[in-house]
Amino acid sequence: MHELSITQEVVAAITARLPDTRITVVRLEIGKLSGVVADSVRFCFDLVTEGTAVEGAALVIEEPAGRARCRACVHEYEAEWLVVLCPECGSAAAEVLSGNELRITSVEVSRECAAPADALRTR
Amino acid sequence: MCGTCGCSADTVTIPLEHRVLARNDELARHNRDWLAARDVLAVNLMSSPGSGKTTLLERTIHDLGGSPVVSVVEGDQETARDAERIRATGCRVVQVNTGSGCHLDAAMVAKALRELDPPARSVVFVENVGNLVCPALFDLGERHRVVVTSVTEGEDKPLKYPHMFASADVVVLNKIDLLPHLDFEVGAFVRHLHRVNDRARLLPLSATAGAGTGEWTAQLRDWTS
Repeated sequence: MHELSITQEVVAAITARLPDTRITVVRLEIGKLSGVVADSVRFCFDLVTEGTAVEGAALVIEEPAGRARCRACVHEYEAEWLVVLCPECGSAAAEVLSGNELRITSVEVSRECAAPADALRTR
Repeated sequence: MCGTCGCSADTVTIPLEHRVLARNDELARHNRDWLAARDVLAVNLMSSPGSGKTTLLERTIHDLGGSPVVSVVEGDQETARDAERIRATGCRVVQVNTGSGCHLDAAMVAKALRELDPPARSVVFVENVGNLVCPALFDLGERHRVVVTSVTEGEDKPLKYPHMFASADVVVLNKIDLLPHLDFEVGAFVRHLHRVNDRARLLPLSATAGAGTGEWTAQLRDWTS
């Protein structure tokens, strides 16, 4: 299950960017075509965050739908999964436009802790 | 309540816009540059367990006959059995055991490459952990991706594992010597493959019997020329 290492990477990236900062919310974007199962990340999250500054944080995952453009007739359409057929011309030749996202969009920390932001970095 | 200082302040949002695989992709880029500096061709070999990757490698090492020189990074959850098979061919090999991990990542391959120390203008095969899901997401710094599948696995594998097949430059269809005994329709497999990847080259072959392996070694020579 690659979601375990994906979740570890999320926690490592956050704690590296914001050392010594208690995180209260983690917001991720996991596109429908990214190959990462959001539910599996949710499953791993508590386990992976245990003992870190992210422990106890709420996890909010946005799952943008996939969009593809037909390479035969340039029609754009929504793609539920990677195996796509153009609804206009039936061609399987598609370019994925979105849905591949796999990002940490933002985190939330307490306002008192966050300001001044420089203080966090120099601690 | 704030978890750091115990205050009851509101929270503030800090935008990060951080790609989760950024660190792996950066290490993969380092691997790619390192390999390019030596003019080494790296091929990421991926498949389900038992499709014949190691047998194909044994055959390939034999058929190339030392020109170009081949070395191998073997990825498995446990054991050095595959590495021992490759070592028996006389070629250099480094075994990476991922333990609970289900795929190789760029950091593991970076470490293995330094240990392997492949000579200039050689070929490095990275035999990934047998798994049609997880390895697809992790760039290792390879120049080409090859997915090996076998006729005993069914025609619908590309539809069931689209990420893996979509990422392939070459798809090897192995064990074709068994076709007379199976209900496997090559045409149906090709149609399914084309639904997820219409640019991959399909190479049907038998790593044990040798049929079709000439095309495969010709492809490798073409990549190294």
